[in-house]
Amino acid sequence: MSTAEPVVCWFQECRKDAVERVGGKNSSLGELIHAGVRVPPGFAITTEGYRRFFHQSGLEGRVLDRLKGLDPTDMEALESASTAIRAEIEAVPFTLDFEDSVAEYYRRLSTHCCVPAVPVAVRSSATAEDLPGASFAGQQDTFLWVRGVDDVLHYVRRCFSSLFTGRAIAYRARMGFPHDKVAISVGIQKMANSAAAGVMFTINPTNGDRSSIVVNSNFGFGESVVSGEVTPDEFLINKISMEVIRRSVPAKEMYYAVDRVSQTCVRHDLPMERRAVQSILDEDLLELARMGKAIEKHYGQPMDIEWAVDNDMPTGGNVFILQARPETVWSAKKAESAPAPAAPKTAAEMILASIMAGKKLG
Amino acid sequence: MANQNFPNPHEFKDIPGTEGWQRMYPYQYPFTTDDAKRNQYEKDMFWFYDGLHYPEPIYPFDMIWDEAWFLALSQYNTRIFSVPPVFGVDHRIINGYIYITPVPVTNPKEIEARVGPFLERAGYYYQNWDKLVAKWETKIKATIASLEAIKIEPLPDMEAKNVVDDALGESKGYHLLKAYDELIDLGIRCWQYHFEFLNLGYAAYVTFMDFCQKQFPDIPTQRITQMISGIDVIMYQPDEELKNLARKAVELGVDGAVVSKPTFTAASAELKKTPAGQQWLAAFEKARYPWFWVSTGTGWYHHDKSWNDDLDVPLSSIGIYIDKIRKGQSIERPLEAVRKERDRVTGEYRALITDDAARATFDQMLGTAKTVFPYVENHLFYVEHWFHSVFWNKVREVGAIMKAHGFIADVEDIWYLKRSEIKDALWDLVTAWATNVGPRGPQIWPKEIEFRKTCMKKFREWKPPPALGKAPEVIQEPFTVVLWGITNQSLAAWAKVREAKDIASIKEFTGFAGSPGTVEGKARVCRTVADIRQLEEGEILVAPTTSPSWAPAFVKIKACVTDVGGVMSHAAIVCREYGMPAVVGTGHATSIIKTGMNIRVNGTTGEITIAQ
Repeated sequence: MSTAEPVVCWFQECRKDAVERVGGKNSSLGELIHAGVRVPPGFAITTEGYRRFFHQSGLEGRVLDRLKGLDPTDMEALESASTAIRAEIEAVPFTLDFEDSVAEYYRRLSTHCCVPAVPVAVRSSATAEDLPGASFAGQQDTFLWVRGVDDVLHYVRRCFSSLFTGRAIAYRARMGFPHDKVAISVGIQKMANSAAAGVMFTINPTNGDRSSIVVNSNFGFGESVVSGEVTPDEFLINKISMEVIRRSVPAKEMYYAVDRVSQTCVRHDLPMERRAVQSILDEDLLELARMGKAIEKHYGQPMDIEWAVDNDMPTGGNVFILQARPETVWSAKKAESAPAPAAPKTAAEMILASIMAGKKLG
Repeated sequence: MANQNFPNPHEFKDIPGTEGWQRMYPYQYPFTTDDAKRNQYEKDMFWFYDGLHYPEPIYPFDMIWDEAWFLALSQYNTRIFSVPPVFGVDHRIINGYIYITPVPVTNPKEIEARVGPFLERAGYYYQNWDKLVAKWETKIKATIASLEAIKIEPLPDMEAKNVVDDALGESKGYHLLKAYDELIDLGIRCWQYHFEFLNLGYAAYVTFMDFCQKQFPDIPTQRITQMISGIDVIMYQPDEELKNLARKAVELGVDGAVVSKPTFTAASAELKKTPAGQQWLAAFEKARYPWFWVSTGTGWYHHDKSWNDDLDVPLSSIGIYIDKIRKGQSIERPLEAVRKERDRVTGEYRALITDDAARATFDQMLGTAKTVFPYVENHLFYVEHWFHSVFWNKVREVGAIMKAHGFIADVEDIWYLKRSEIKDALWDLVTAWATNVGPRGPQIWPKEIEFRKTCMKKFREWKPPPALGKAPEVIQEPFTVVLWGITNQSLAAWAKVREAKDIASIKEFTGFAGSPGTVEGKARVCRTVADIRQLEEGEILVAPTTSPSWAPAFVKIKACVTDVGGVMSHAAIVCREYGMPAVVGTGHATSIIKTGMNIRVNGTTGEITIAQ
């Protein structure tokens, strides 16, 4: 382990081969950036950062002691060990070097985002050996609207300690992974301060057309669209010509904005004069579609994507992808539909089939 | 669809003053009132106005092409290729406007029985397409050559001496009757050939479209046609000739002389003065045959004159190109760019088809569509332009003889007679000439022609409803679908404009999305090709329809709107090639839009908005 390994790095420096250093989540963010997709900017605390913290703070010995002789099937014992270990981890101070590095990256991120002490999401990003357990090791450890270096460092510690949940300990014990060899990375990413947000499908989920991109959009946070509380603006974009071929801009009555104190989404009425206004600019829409195409290409299948247009950052660089997962609605529909009849062979046969079907006027 | 209300075809009363108009047309064309069975059949069918071919009422003589395609299209569907679910397309007329209806095969057993012959017969044509098209070109060229060879000669007081010396045994009177018969026969024959490949070609199109729409339900039609764009066809040749002449004029340094005079007669007098000018005139003369037989209209009406009939038209277009060249602007069709974009679009759609069998079908259908494309375009030049332009002039020669004998007051009056009436009149004329007595015709026809002129005038003021009768749920006739673009949407849009009480109040209407993109600009309504001289750089052309002789307009404008035509119409194809928006088949653009209005043309959705 070379001491020259950085303890922090920007997302764009995280690549596929960096899973060991920055974990699965951060490396896939880096991959997306390299595929031409814009995600909210941020940086990663590398596993090297975790290791130095774990090994240099003297935590290692204390933690291993507590784990010694634990019965991995005794959930109660595991949980109480976990509670003690996590409390210990969260109480240990970082080295000045470490704090300085994180503070410097956080400062640069804030400057880049044009916001003093930019609110960020702090998330754990599990590495390869933890991947099978990622669903429990990392899932809960997302802290939103974290603001200021002290808070960031605090939640980084919380992410570190998530390596020692009862279930994570039990899992490693069962699989025979040594507890001192695992490591975790943490992602620190700007919270999208959505002027508009919503979802995008890189397939038309109503008819399975793969040449279409469907975007739903409303003002504010995407929650109003995802929850179905509002009939969003809907756009059908042709992937090949990148034109909006259909659009519907209904009156939208409400939107969500964040309350930074309570760190929750708060429902607001949309002022009358904004209701029938298109919630996203056409330029941003096409930028979004372009990224949708890139994401689909990256994953090799139609995707279901959450996105936002950020209020803080300048136009031209503020359309962000928040989340992408494989599209399931149409794929499921397709799977249950009957297999297509065998294709006719000659041109005349195909033409005959088409003439027989005719054109429906209804 | 069933809730779409169209008028009953029998509810139309004669326009006052036109009573008896029916005799201007073949007797089977008017809707029937005295034949219960036929009357019921007419009520049950869906008739739509063929505005694509007939933007204005049809003249009695010009009916020849309607009858010719009535026969040709129908015989190929019904009797030759045995298209399983459709027979022919039936025709009717109201107030000079043609209504047509595709006739379905209703008995499932009969449809089944027609499948085998169709696969065998149509299959033979698809498999041997290029070889058979080459044969077709030979046939059509021979037909045109025969037409050009026809001599319409005046009747002499005394036959020439050689009639006796050569023991000819025939008179000029007989020759006139024979020449007229040949003229008509060649016209009908030409149209027999016209449809030999056309419906199969369109069927291949429709199939490719269907396939694409099934794979990609959201695909805009223009993206499908884009995949078949950029193929070189002779329909563009007349325009290429003009560009060549423009370049040559600049090269020879006679461009000044070419553009200095408004008429060809004056310009040619000027050009004859210098050797370079003479050289250019020689090149001009060479380009005229056959390319200047291109019609300034669709070729369907006798008044659609060809460039050869009015050399001022090509001269003015050459002037537009010379002007562009002088300004250092390109006059090339951006063919390479079109092909590159076509290949990109095709490649991207193809890559989205995940199923191997479906991709193979895509390749095959695209291949077939590309194979049939040149015929679908090129037949127009041979038939509607070259043949028709020569044909109309031959009929005018017949008219000149009839005028000389007092049968009609003006050569252009001949169009008010049915072709069978002309035949009858020529018999009257020839027998009277042979006998040296007065013919009956001069007392009959001029009076009848006056009545018919009144009818035509009133017909022009009448707006034909877009459709009549009962709309079916499915249309299987390939033509109906591709050419007229008959869809639920288009019918509803037509009906909407028709229902608007005050045409000036219409601020928004729609047509077919012919070529994508949106622009806003000043409209220029050009009713005929002669009007394109008035076009200013960057205006939006609004026209009844366009044809290849309108080509020079497209280097000046930034969008195009037409009354008539589908996504495969000339305006749509050319605009796609130039990459500018087009909305076609709006039905009424030239009546709604006035020159100088600011309009917004959305060629992606087919919407037109009048800004002011």
